Amino acid sequence: MILKIDDLAFGYSSRPTLDKISFTVKRGEITVILGPNGVGKTTLLKCINAILKPSKGDVLVDGDAIASLDTLAIAKRIGYVAQYSEPSRVTAFDAILMGRRPHIRWRVSDKDLKIVDSAIKRLGLDHLALKYVDQMSGGELQKISLARALVQETDLLLLDEPTSSLDLKNQTEILALIKRVVKEHRVAGVMTMHDLNSALRYGDNYLFLKNGTIYGAGKVDEISPAMVESVYGIGVEILRHNGYPVIIPKDWPIERAA
Amino acid sequence: MHFNDGEISTAYTAYIVRKTGFTLAMSGGLAMMLILAISLGAVHIPFTDVVKTLAGASVTRQFDIIVWNIRLPQTLTAIVAGAGLAVAGAVMQSVLKNPLGSPLTLGISHAAAFGAALSVMVMGSGSMASSLSDAVTITNPYITTSAAFLFSMLAAGIITLVARIRNASPEVMVLTGVALGSLFTAATMLLQFFADDVQLSAMVFWTFGDVARTSWKELSFLAIVTLVSLVYFMANAWNYNATDTGDETARGIGVRVERVRLMGMMMASLVSSVIISFVGIIGFVGLVAPHMVRRLIGDDHRFLLPATAATGGLLLLASDTVARLVLSPHILPVSVLTSFLGAPMFIYLIIKGYRR
Repeated sequence: MILKIDDLAFGYSSRPTLDKISFTVKRGEITVILGPNGVGKTTLLKCINAILKPSKGDVLVDGDAIASLDTLAIAKRIGYVAQYSEPSRVTAFDAILMGRRPHIRWRVSDKDLKIVDSAIKRLGLDHLALKYVDQMSGGELQKISLARALVQETDLLLLDEPTSSLDLKNQTEILALIKRVVKEHRVAGVMTMHDLNSALRYGDNYLFLKNGTIYGAGKVDEISPAMVESVYGIGVEILRHNGYPVIIPKDWPIERAA
Repeated sequence: MHFNDGEISTAYTAYIVRKTGFTLAMSGGLAMMLILAISLGAVHIPFTDVVKTLAGASVTRQFDIIVWNIRLPQTLTAIVAGAGLAVAGAVMQSVLKNPLGSPLTLGISHAAAFGAALSVMVMGSGSMASSLSDAVTITNPYITTSAAFLFSMLAAGIITLVARIRNASPEVMVLTGVALGSLFTAATMLLQFFADDVQLSAMVFWTFGDVARTSWKELSFLAIVTLVSLVYFMANAWNYNATDTGDETARGIGVRVERVRLMGMMMASLVSSVIISFVGIIGFVGLVAPHMVRRLIGDDHRFLLPATAATGGLLLLASDTVARLVLSPHILPVSVLTSFLGAPMFIYLIIKGYRR
């Protein structure tokens, strides 16, 4: 059990943003956090890596309470890919090397340089290594953010909508990469998402949030049309195509009228 | 996780060497400019004699006095002040996530000017002397300097305090700085309105930046403060790189963003306050030098900070040398020159492509 969330709440007690959140995450598995806009998916991720302080409950990483660790110790255990990053004029290599910061004491060691080099090769970023990040596309930026989190060498990866601004090819590439890393390295991934089809295809477990608390959780194959309808308020059908489950929204009343 | 099949990239090593080379080249240029600046003036001293005198081999007694007592303190002050203001500007730009970050744009200079004006008015630290070159002198430079320092630190303190209340957000710091700038400008105007002729000219005289005001004692103090801040900023280079990438990402790699921002702002304010209090207001070096270097070698603070220090020193030294020579025997205030050179250069940089 790499991650255990126990009765977590966030916000003021009168009207908490998140309440009664409990779940666990195992190594080698991707958990997708799903739910409508504004339900608190990002807030939950930030509570897990202590960017936000929960008002109640515990977050245990590998058995240790995250609240008892200092920022550098947390950064050695949890890699975080934020939803947005601001590209500055540094090379991709240096942007990824930043992920080694929790491990760097005085100066960058040969080991740090080797790890970054290895991650760059693994993600197929060789041709970008010495290019400036502020000249890159959204997909390339996202791969660099992912690489930065990977070189932190943590057992847990938190990803906040890693594909929200990407085209189809880049979405697929990034998610396939994440899945490969999680399986190969036996780490755990927790990912917030909007795209249910990608969630079904790349996730192992799901967590539906509704009104600030957990509405349902389990294996992604168990997601039912009724569950989706009650969380998102829109009717759907779930089909299977070439072995992949596909979610198709039913007609919206406006369409029918026209 | 195991990333154990990597090698040390030779391309990356070569790239690091290139970036370091830029700072070395700038420092070399600075050393040459220093010799040139010492050699030029009312009395011309040949290069070889400058080098000999600096090395301790006395050429003539006159050269000894000119080099050691007049030109070296002035040129070194220009270098130290230029380097300090430029590095403070670079850090403010990063910490505030704003390309306009500099001691001048954040009201710190205006606060210093108000402090100096107040000391002239209330404590009578300025008066008219009858020497030809310097018609107005500040009779008690220590009081003026202390008052200027006090008020610029007050401005910096208010900026950091407001920022603390509002979670150290960059916007809050910038807006507070701009508000303080206009407040202190207005307050200075008020003092000037009620000042008599002598006081008024002393106040205005103080605001003309001038690197010839310092003796060895003050210069060493300036140098120590600048050096300490540079070391502090260099130690935080990774933190500034990280916050540039976004606050969330920075927190994700263990950077305490608010702390880095507040401490960076405080150190940058401190070093600029000290410099401004001793040499007066020198605009544009803190703004232009970092931007020039950013365009040439990028935003990586490991290289940006030392290169900016060298470039800022070079810019102010060159400006001061030109200011001494261009209307000789009259000496122009160096701040006039930095702004005359700085503003067009800045507009050029903006047109060429805006960068933080």
